[in-house]
Amino acid sequence: MLDAADGYVTEDGRQIGGVVMEMKNITLRFGGVVAIKDISFDIREGEIRAIIGPNGAGKSSMLNVISGFYVPQEGEVWFHGAPRPQMRPYEVARQGIARTFQNIALFEGMSVLDNVMTGRLNYMKTNIFQQALWKGKAEAEETENREAVEKIIDFLEIQHIRKTPVSRLPYGLKKRVELARALAAEPKLLLLDEPMAGMNVEEKEDMSRFVLDVNDEFGTTIALIEHDMGVVMDLSDRVVVMDYGRKIGDGTPDEVRNNQEVIDAYLGVSHD
Amino acid sequence: MAQTQSGAEGTHSLPALLHRNAAQFGDAPAYREKEFGIWQCWSWAETSAEVRSLALGFLEVGVEKGDHIAVIGRNRPAHYWAMVAAQMVGAVPVPLYQDAVAEEMAYVMEHCGAKYVVCGDQEQVDKVIEIQENLSQIKHILYTDKRGMRKYDHSQMNALEDIMADGNAGHARFDAELDKRISEITYDDTCVMLYTSGTTGKPKGVVLSNRNVIESAKNSADFDHLKRDEDILSYLPMAWVGDFIFSIGQAYWCGFCVNCPESAETMMTDLREIGPTYFFAPPRVFETQLTNVMIRMEDAGKLKQRMFHHFMAHAKRVGGLLLDGKPVGFGDRLKYALGNMLVYGPLKDTLGYGRFRVGYTAGEAIGPEIFDFYRSLGINLKQLYGQTEATVFITVQPDGEVRADTVGVPAPDVELKIDDTGEIYYRSPGVFVEYFKNPDSTASTKDAEGWVATGDAGFIEEGSGHLRIIDRAKDVGKMADGSMFAPKYVENKLKFYPDILEVVLFGNGKDRCVAFINIDLTAVGNWAERNNIAYGSYQELTANPRVLETIKSHVEEVNKSVAADEMLSGCQVHRFVVLHKELDADDGEITRTRKVRRGFVEDKYADIIAALYDGSSSVSTTTEVTYEDGRKGSISATLEIVDAPVVAVAQHKVAAE
Repeated sequence: MLDAADGYVTEDGRQIGGVVMEMKNITLRFGGVVAIKDISFDIREGEIRAIIGPNGAGKSSMLNVISGFYVPQEGEVWFHGAPRPQMRPYEVARQGIARTFQNIALFEGMSVLDNVMTGRLNYMKTNIFQQALWKGKAEAEETENREAVEKIIDFLEIQHIRKTPVSRLPYGLKKRVELARALAAEPKLLLLDEPMAGMNVEEKEDMSRFVLDVNDEFGTTIALIEHDMGVVMDLSDRVVVMDYGRKIGDGTPDEVRNNQEVIDAYLGVSHD
Repeated sequence: MAQTQSGAEGTHSLPALLHRNAAQFGDAPAYREKEFGIWQCWSWAETSAEVRSLALGFLEVGVEKGDHIAVIGRNRPAHYWAMVAAQMVGAVPVPLYQDAVAEEMAYVMEHCGAKYVVCGDQEQVDKVIEIQENLSQIKHILYTDKRGMRKYDHSQMNALEDIMADGNAGHARFDAELDKRISEITYDDTCVMLYTSGTTGKPKGVVLSNRNVIESAKNSADFDHLKRDEDILSYLPMAWVGDFIFSIGQAYWCGFCVNCPESAETMMTDLREIGPTYFFAPPRVFETQLTNVMIRMEDAGKLKQRMFHHFMAHAKRVGGLLLDGKPVGFGDRLKYALGNMLVYGPLKDTLGYGRFRVGYTAGEAIGPEIFDFYRSLGINLKQLYGQTEATVFITVQPDGEVRADTVGVPAPDVELKIDDTGEIYYRSPGVFVEYFKNPDSTASTKDAEGWVATGDAGFIEEGSGHLRIIDRAKDVGKMADGSMFAPKYVENKLKFYPDILEVVLFGNGKDRCVAFINIDLTAVGNWAERNNIAYGSYQELTANPRVLETIKSHVEEVNKSVAADEMLSGCQVHRFVVLHKELDADDGEITRTRKVRRGFVEDKYADIIAALYDGSSSVSTTTEVTYEDGRKGSISATLEIVDAPVVAVAQHKVAAE
């Protein structure tokens, strides 16, 4: 099912497209520590791709390689069919990649609306002086971007906290605001670092629904890291399993679930 | 005006009124809805066009005359339009409570035999699909919000806007048929069918005709001089008769603007932004707002607190009199004006009542203290007494004759009588046609002459001619010693305390009264926070000794005030428990309009009531709960039973002598 060069059809009938991003033999070292060892996998257009593994397996490092924040010592990241050069964060954003963070990185003192507006930065062309004067071009631009932001606020059902400072929100809502900010950038590839961490069951269910809806509604390709196996298996189309920096499994949730190496990594094996 | 007016001309149906409004003042705003952070507006002309395309769309999917179309969703213009469009094609709209769980909805759907369902969003569609497995009658599902709907099987499903487009595209084919159907509507055709929430038994479908709705709307609008420039906020359940009369009946009759909030959570913000001139709310809304005001005042600075309490005391004394146009001294007027500048005005603005011209509370009796609070601020809040079966209006309070303890004089064209047992009967143009498919209940409620039994006990006050409601006729009872038992009276007194959300009093036929109390999580939670009291759950908070202590002091105060009333001094609360869960409509303990189902609660918690009477100091109990998605679970708890100090009645008699 995965061999077709230009995609596959998921269980629920979605057409997954060609390769968007490909990791080719990535190795990442911090001094003597090997965080990622010779890992290769791809992310296809329109799919929800999960990276799972026990603590310290190198998941977050992997996400940072994908986002271009870490540059691997060996191997190449191919994006849209060509090797990707080293980039500054804003260049990554301009390529249509947005992310959320494991420990929320919002502007705590700003309102939800303002936070989400920052996600539109790449779509603002006026300079600081025009914005200070505001009338004219800057005003039109803000109206246009506000409209895009309001659609996302509506989509994620956070109208009631539009004007609330982020610092006053509970954890689950902050996570949702972070997702909103990432979506405001209208990304082609959305990276989610443990979107469900620390949430209660209800919040997890809500978040899962939003992740699925984002994928369904905007056709966004999503790569996510997650601890909660139940969530991962329900959400994702394909899963990469990492352990001690190595890739030990890759495939559909069912394939991964029945992979002996994965079972060993998660449940542990006796060494006698 | 020779023969019966019908069809598109005249004022004898909602489509006709829509036509009139669009022709006479097409540019005036008819609907507003906040979406994407801004108020979107539709004029009467635009509304007329939208409703017509929707009606064409209904014809396109095959709606026949006499079909029932269920509407399930929050207050949105599209849902109101769907109801009027349904009338245009000769169908009967049946709005349902959107928070009902699937099995509850299944009963109503089966009973009315709805072939078409208009759903607000995916959540409602899912419920209907669940019902559909056992109910093959449903032919077509329509939905407003497209979100998440892409993957559904659309062979029997469409977005509302898609059928509107289809209807418009095919208008050449349907125009003649639609005009014919509109012209066939008569004054006595069914306008809407509303299900009563029913504090006992299964819901009943109340059939209201165009005559019922339009006559009631006309009379009540004249009574309060409602005009075209009113603004109302529509946030109450669409399945409730009140919302139908205010947001459709009166809105179409007067041609005023209906404003729909962005979501249920933003209602308070939206209320403030709109500042309705005409407002309607059940007591619960006013109670919640008052609770919030009190909480926020407790968090306010010392100066603000003192100013607030000082001027509120003054308002309590003269505010109500000023509103009623009674004589008030010059000094008091001056001080009130100052208070208005410093306290009342800003407070009203914060609450969203800055433009409030006239408003009603109904559905349940309101605590007199709560009522007076709003009136003293200069908010012309009045009471009315009504029922679904009466198309709302039975009695209303005229301006200048507003009191907390009566519900006013008979509304225009309403006749009233009280029978020997004290039960109230009425006859009016608003009297319902029948209960759908239930001739027995129709016959037992409405007699051949058109008199309808309300099920409430009351009396007409000598002199003023105002009606006073004692309680639900079946709830009023006698204590063992023969004195009167009227639970609502005591419950309302207790509910004035911001910490107390709900109270159920028991004692009919017993020698003393006991009570269940629900704490208000917002108020008590806030108090706990300020007092560094940690709690993990609602249940834990209810069992906190300091919470029980506070509630006990409230009960004590209420007992004192109850003892002062000679007729009801037997109703003092001797013992009470603070329940470990909130009474919930999903569990059937209260109705969707938040009225306590006494009998049900009494049966469900029989073990706790027994413990309240047998003198034990605590009771262990397990309670079944229903989650929002319909799953069941259970919670168990050990509840402490608190003895409340009562005022000896004998002492009271001595004092009275």
